Amino acid sequence: MSKKIASLRELDELRKRGLKSLYPDKPRIMVGMATCGLATGGKKVFEILSKGIEKNGMDAKLIPTGCLGYCQKEPLVDLLRPGWPRIIYQQMDPEKAEKLLDNINQGNIWRENVLAKMEEDEFLIFDEKRKYPSGSEANLNNTPSYQQLPFYKKQLRIATRNCGFINPTNLAEYVARGGYYSLFKVLTQYEPEQVIEEVINSGLRGRGGAGFPTGRKWIYSRQAKGDIKYVICNADEGDPGAYMDRSILEGDPHSILEGMIIGAYAIGAREGYIYVRAEYPLAIERLKEAIHQAQDYGFLGNDILGGRFSFSINISRGAGAFVCGEETALIASIEGRQGEPRPRPPFPAQSGLWGKPTNINNVETWANIPVIIARGADWFSQIGTQRSKGTKVFSLVGKINNTGLVEVPMGITLREIIYDIGGGIPGGKKFKAVQTGGPSGGCVPSWLLNLPVDYEQLTKVGSIMGSGGMIVIDEDTCVVDLARYFLSFLQDESCGKCTSCREGIVWMLEILTRITHGKGEEGDIELLEQIAEVVKNASLCGLGKTAPNSVLTTSLYFKDEYEAHIKDKQCPARVCRDLITYIINEEKCTGCMRCVKECVQEAIVGERRKPHRIIQEKCIKCGICYETCKFDAIKLE
Amino acid sequence: MLKIVIDGKEVEVEEGLSVLELAEKIGVKIPTLCYHPAVSAYGACRVCIVEVIEKGLSKLTTSCTCPVESGIEVKTNSEKVKKTRKLIVEMLLARCPDAKIIQDLAKQLHVEKTRAPQKNENCILCGLCMRICREIIGVDAIGFANRGHKRKVTTPFEIQSDVCLGCGACAFVCPTGAIKIEDVEDKRKIDMWHTELGKVKCERCGRYFFPESAVEYVKRKSLQDVDGFLKLCPDCRKRVLANKLVCGW
Repeated sequence: MSKKIASLRELDELRKRGLKSLYPDKPRIMVGMATCGLATGGKKVFEILSKGIEKNGMDAKLIPTGCLGYCQKEPLVDLLRPGWPRIIYQQMDPEKAEKLLDNINQGNIWRENVLAKMEEDEFLIFDEKRKYPSGSEANLNNTPSYQQLPFYKKQLRIATRNCGFINPTNLAEYVARGGYYSLFKVLTQYEPEQVIEEVINSGLRGRGGAGFPTGRKWIYSRQAKGDIKYVICNADEGDPGAYMDRSILEGDPHSILEGMIIGAYAIGAREGYIYVRAEYPLAIERLKEAIHQAQDYGFLGNDILGGRFSFSINISRGAGAFVCGEETALIASIEGRQGEPRPRPPFPAQSGLWGKPTNINNVETWANIPVIIARGADWFSQIGTQRSKGTKVFSLVGKINNTGLVEVPMGITLREIIYDIGGGIPGGKKFKAVQTGGPSGGCVPSWLLNLPVDYEQLTKVGSIMGSGGMIVIDEDTCVVDLARYFLSFLQDESCGKCTSCREGIVWMLEILTRITHGKGEEGDIELLEQIAEVVKNASLCGLGKTAPNSVLTTSLYFKDEYEAHIKDKQCPARVCRDLITYIINEEKCTGCMRCVKECVQEAIVGERRKPHRIIQEKCIKCGICYETCKFDAIKLE
Repeated sequence: MLKIVIDGKEVEVEEGLSVLELAEKIGVKIPTLCYHPAVSAYGACRVCIVEVIEKGLSKLTTSCTCPVESGIEVKTNSEKVKKTRKLIVEMLLARCPDAKIIQDLAKQLHVEKTRAPQKNENCILCGLCMRICREIIGVDAIGFANRGHKRKVTTPFEIQSDVCLGCGACAFVCPTGAIKIEDVEDKRKIDMWHTELGKVKCERCGRYFFPESAVEYVKRKSLQDVDGFLKLCPDCRKRVLANKLVCGW
């Protein structure tokens, strides 16, 4: 019997099956098995649970799920039992997994390692909340609820609505939470132009970096002449430290497919590509499976949902070039040419893949589409600021307590993201700055913490939204060294076509390296700014145009730190090796010989019970003595 | 016809020109390195950069790749352009300090020395060799390899090319003379392309004159039977032809 869905009744049937799977009449155990979960040992936990269930002959359902965003607490395990709220366990390991199973077997609630309880489930597409039974309140009274956790309280999860809630390999569960209903609505009730109008009115802007209005992009492709048109999903997430696209690809692949199918219908495309980097093997696997299932159920392929619209999706794997995230380079790469940007016009909407009108959107943009269709442009445009609507997923990394993916309404302040959601800086250190937008972004200093985050505001302070990376740095990070790091990344990742970008980055990097080595000269800052200006203005694509941002913002906001390096030959953050000295405080040194033994350079001399001394000429400033001294006798100057 | 303003002068031009082509047409000089009228514009060297003002917004863009559009104003030598162009030439001078064309350009723009890190390369990565090989010769024997500061032009896998004809069009078009072709008796060597090719011996004078692969290529492409001629070196060919025309033998 064909599984193909052709009517609302059949879709409802599928939804019922999905709901049964989501809320079975037996325990459902979910293990966070996106890359972040796997990296912290989620697979081991899954295996132990799987073996335990089999061994004990338990009637329980074990499934892998995506990332809930709270990566700091991975591996996360969720337990849903009939009659109980959903309980989220944090930082699980094999031993704890066994304990959890034992408790389930005995009908008890295991109270260790609980992160939160979830009292209700929100079905964003249907604007519906599903209350979990409260269970025995006495047992869970002291457990914080998921919605009230500081990490989640200010979040609004639209693009990541299903991540960590469904089994990404089970299409019915996606449908249960409202998946493919928007597609059904579009194909049965909307003309293509109406779809575009809805997207325009929603105010959605490209989440890949530049923030171009999505609906306007669609209309250009729609109006472009030609029978053959393409839609592309840009899943070439290359920013170091940004992984929201990966999380959606791994945790909710159907949301991207549904967005793309709707987009294809709107612009009149019959074929689509997902350009995903080869470094995301799990994402590729999930996508392949999702495409296969969507074909089986008639959401992809010929005559979608029994209508006259046909559309298919291919996967194209990138080979690890950062620049291929730029749309014209991405197209060149799909075509089998070298990933290198070309001048626009013509824009891809006029002449893109194989010279045909092409619409490219980023993963997160596509994932927003089904919700916009379901809830309407009016609802969506109420979220966010005047010119930046909706939410944005940020990956909060670096010197921050709660590392993870956070999806927040535009306009939220940096302070709220870093302190309320991120939980501040670990170890009582002082917050220094946050690098937004990856290597092409800028460093926003502490005195701009009240900045509302949207496209315009970030641009105004010299940074960019970019794909949403947020690297938090504290007082122990040297901004000159940070800018140097980003330039060394870009030196390798520029395609190398434009003289200004290729040679300009190398030049700036040379100056910064000199400065961090204590060889900075008077006039270096001005020269850096001069080169940065040229790289920014004279380069062809977004990579070159944004490459100097880290230099420009750090030299603007932390000029005194640059000057300390250049004039005083000092690194205030004590990072640049050539500018620091390790010295033994004779008063504190007990003469324990520990550092003498540990020093690989044999640069520390001294006798037992007498203060030691560092021979500076031999010292390579590795910091081992500093780490090993138990008496705090070694100081950095 | 389109109306645009270039360096303060209003001009009317037909559609389809680039800003650089238009400038050349009306006698405005814009320096170029990676541009050649025989092949498609590429916009790599950034030397032909100009300021384009459209709807009140000013941007810098390469004139070779910028299409002339109605209503735009172009400044080919504004302060911003001059400053940018000078620094780009400074970068190129550090990359290829010995290239005459760069030295001349530097002199012309009053760039006396470069502050950028010296590299002592010969190639400015303009891609003209690659484009002429692909677009005019139709062979596509060379291309860019690597990214960023490691970028270079080479043959696939940096080994002897299967398809290079040794025709020398790349060396002819190279603005910096980076591609050296060495003719030694019966061989033609192009070190930059890791390629060595055997040459054809002139049936009449015995001189080795052209790579065998290039002669074969011409034979394949040519519609006439010119076999007899292709066995002769260009000098002998002229003589034979002259004799034929003048003396009838």
